[in-house]
Amino acid sequence: MKVSNSLWAAQLAGKMPDALAREIDVFETEIALRKQGKLDERLFAETRLRRGTYGQRYDNGQRYDGQKTQDIKYPSADLTKGPNTMWDAPGMQRIKIPAGGLNAEQLETMADLAEEYSDGIAHITTRQDFQLHYIHIDDTPSLMRRLAAAEITTREACGNSVRNVTACPYTGVCADEAFDVTPYARALARFLMGHPDTQNFGRKFKPAFSGCAQHACGLTSLHDLGLIAKKRVVDGKEQIGFEMWVGGGLGAVPYMAKLFDSFIPPEELLPLAQAIGRVFARLGEKKNRNRARIKFLIQDLGIETFRELVLEERKILPHDPRWTSFIEEELRAQEEPLRPGGEWPVATSEDFKRWLKTNTRPQKQSGYVTVTVGLPLGDITATQLRALADIVRKFTKETIRTTVEQNFAIRWVSHADLPALYEALKAAEIGMPGAGTIVDIVSCPGTDTCKLGISSSRGLSAELRKQLAEKSFELDEAVQNLHIKVSGCFNSCGQHHVADLGFYGVSRKVGGYAVPHFQVVLGGEWEHNAGSYGLPVAAIPSKNIPKVVTRLTEKYVANRVSGETFKEFVKRTGKAELKTLLDDLAKPPAGDRSYFSDWGDPREYTLDDIGVGECAGEVVSSVEFDLAAAERELFEAQLLFEKGETQKAGDRAYRSMLDAAKALVKIGYSTVPDNPDVIVSEFRLRYYDTQKFFDPFAGGKFAQYLFAEHDKARNNGKEPRTVDATRYLLDESQLFIDAAHACYNRLGTTVAV
Amino acid sequence: MAATAQQIRLQHVNVKLFVKNPAGVDLEPLIPIFHSWISGRAFNELLLDVADYRHVPSGPGIMVIGFEADYSVDNAGNRLGVRYNRKTPIDGDNAFALQQAARAALTACRALEQESRLGGKLQFGGDEIEIFINDRLLAPNRAETFQAARPDLEALAKKLFGAAGYSLTYDSNSDPRSLFSVKLKPSHGFSTAELLKNLE
Repeated sequence: MKVSNSLWAAQLAGKMPDALAREIDVFETEIALRKQGKLDERLFAETRLRRGTYGQRYDNGQRYDGQKTQDIKYPSADLTKGPNTMWDAPGMQRIKIPAGGLNAEQLETMADLAEEYSDGIAHITTRQDFQLHYIHIDDTPSLMRRLAAAEITTREACGNSVRNVTACPYTGVCADEAFDVTPYARALARFLMGHPDTQNFGRKFKPAFSGCAQHACGLTSLHDLGLIAKKRVVDGKEQIGFEMWVGGGLGAVPYMAKLFDSFIPPEELLPLAQAIGRVFARLGEKKNRNRARIKFLIQDLGIETFRELVLEERKILPHDPRWTSFIEEELRAQEEPLRPGGEWPVATSEDFKRWLKTNTRPQKQSGYVTVTVGLPLGDITATQLRALADIVRKFTKETIRTTVEQNFAIRWVSHADLPALYEALKAAEIGMPGAGTIVDIVSCPGTDTCKLGISSSRGLSAELRKQLAEKSFELDEAVQNLHIKVSGCFNSCGQHHVADLGFYGVSRKVGGYAVPHFQVVLGGEWEHNAGSYGLPVAAIPSKNIPKVVTRLTEKYVANRVSGETFKEFVKRTGKAELKTLLDDLAKPPAGDRSYFSDWGDPREYTLDDIGVGECAGEVVSSVEFDLAAAERELFEAQLLFEKGETQKAGDRAYRSMLDAAKALVKIGYSTVPDNPDVIVSEFRLRYYDTQKFFDPFAGGKFAQYLFAEHDKARNNGKEPRTVDATRYLLDESQLFIDAAHACYNRLGTTVAV
Repeated sequence: MAATAQQIRLQHVNVKLFVKNPAGVDLEPLIPIFHSWISGRAFNELLLDVADYRHVPSGPGIMVIGFEADYSVDNAGNRLGVRYNRKTPIDGDNAFALQQAARAALTACRALEQESRLGGKLQFGGDEIEIFINDRLLAPNRAETFQAARPDLEALAKKLFGAAGYSLTYDSNSDPRSLFSVKLKPSHGFSTAELLKNLE
């Protein structure tokens, strides 16, 4: 696409690390081979994914325009970059930033690339990466070379590989951490990238580091490999090491990580990670990608067996000097302040005072703070990135970090520099207060650019941000500190499970129309490295979500007891009462067509083409009633679970899936008996074998939840249910019901049964 | 890297025209309009998607993402205007590439000026046109680039403004990291319709 593409390789020769330069040359050759038809599209897809080059919405060459699906006639009509993925379709480029660490030059590089290859915006993700959107694949080698010249790689930013190694952005300066985990995170990232033992995974693998257990910043609980810095005293001598956790993950069904070891010494960090990689590569699921994350392997094996296998593998690993040399090298690169620490400034304006309150964080080093640069929805312009580069040059030793809340953290800012730094940020229009508060909403890309998006997470987030910002300083302090996180679908890229108020996109059919909804997930815990996950309460039309936020926060302010957190309030109040509070918001008002489109997108919402029936606002089929009944059943199950009645909760969750399956089966077999064997058998025949139930991207994954539970009920129905397993089952049942709604939507017509 | 008078290649031309009365302009109504540009195949280019960046201060505003080019009503530098960003290469010489981008930007401006859903609220001044080259390797932001590109830029100005006088300015103090850009200002105001006609 870019005329200069042919020139960058020569321009940057000798300026890129050899390994990265070679890697990009190889990718460029693969692009050429694919264009010549000499490389299979599936192979090419995986190879580009391993370079962080993703597909984007509408890349299958079709787009619904609000009335009909139109073909997009890309110039390279028959050329694909993966199955059903058109060559010329814009894509997304993910860029790895280990531990979120960047320097000023790298910020400038990112600015240039956003401007020249993307839409002028760089986006920070919930895993400290950058993403650039609307990139043409022909531009990616040049883009990668320019990154490589700034010592940044996109290698293994996607695909079945070790993804970005994230770390708490405050580590090294945080007052109550054990120690700075940055060198270890960077060493692990270097060691695992391209390592032969990490090249044969069935799915991705995400590591994360935290300097402490109590704060949220590392989110270790929701990672495949989580490492928390620890200190201990043995024989009077202090030792440092890591608490090692494995098998956490969000995705459709969130899993809390399991403790692998309460203390591993630093020299064991890399070899143990390597051994885990070997076990995962050898025993992890390969065929069914829906069960291929390491969390499923650990669940199937049990943590004890998994641990034994890893330790056996560790014993036979050939010694690698890099296990320690990488750490030693990284330990030599410690961040330091540019300027002497100073006195806390006198705030001369209300704006400055608010910004100081929300956007600065004390460091353990006296006289310094870390400043958070809040970015709306993680977006920043090229011009702002350059301004930020100037700022970090002026006030720090040219260092800055991305955060999992899609912001920047500038560390080592002298108190004395705060007024000048604030003015510089304001001049660049990135000096807004409110970082880490309720207005600082985290959102995945959703339907804006993601192929998996169901509802407009960014549209909703922008609207919530606008509404909340208008009244943010009037909000109760307890409300100001809540976290809102939004995902466009069940895959949890917006980390909705660990928010006070989480939302994920679902669709529902109302009177013959598909209506964008969000499932409301309440009571997740952001602190303690994402200490617990929330549970879904109700699916609410997208346009009513701002009212949901208002209503829930007002109730919290009115009814909370002293010092009660939102999570505690949710638990004490109970989901039944909270659901009742939202009941009248669960249906669009009759005749209001604005509910049939999503935030920021006036097209009539659809998951596929839908027919418009007469009296569309009022027609409700028995299928919809039956699906609603299944949801109620599940809700009852959740209440039982809250009360600690695990066995009953699990049984009811299974029943809710049966009810949803039965609702669909009744479309063609209205007298289907209420016999689980018959329901499952008929469901399999009519919806699974025909793939009618299949999600466009998750395939038959959700049906498997029903089949697995049905098999268990038949084979060992008397076995007691564990809390963990029931918790997973509740989530799986919700996803099954959501999939049943989606399946019904796809059937396309209102069905009178 | 050097851009000389002999070799400069002006590709990936961006053209921006500014909104006449930007105060109080609401960008939201542009979203359905841009969607209708896509579904109605409004221009002789492949338009693909609408991106909403209203939440970003001094950002790209609302964009139509295309295959050959993007259109935005952006607020970069806190100046609201229509910007055309040519992404695919243009066959032809520099003069052709510049004229093509100017024509596309003006066509978009006219479409918005005449858009009934906006009720004439969005009008563009033909008294200032900003031109960027969105490729740092072809056109680094420095005086040599300006010298090399000047004849082609002047030819465009003459085409746009006819016999009217004009100024062509390059800010030699601009941030060298930013895109190479110049401003064209005619000695008297032109409507976008007049400018489009002059390009015929």
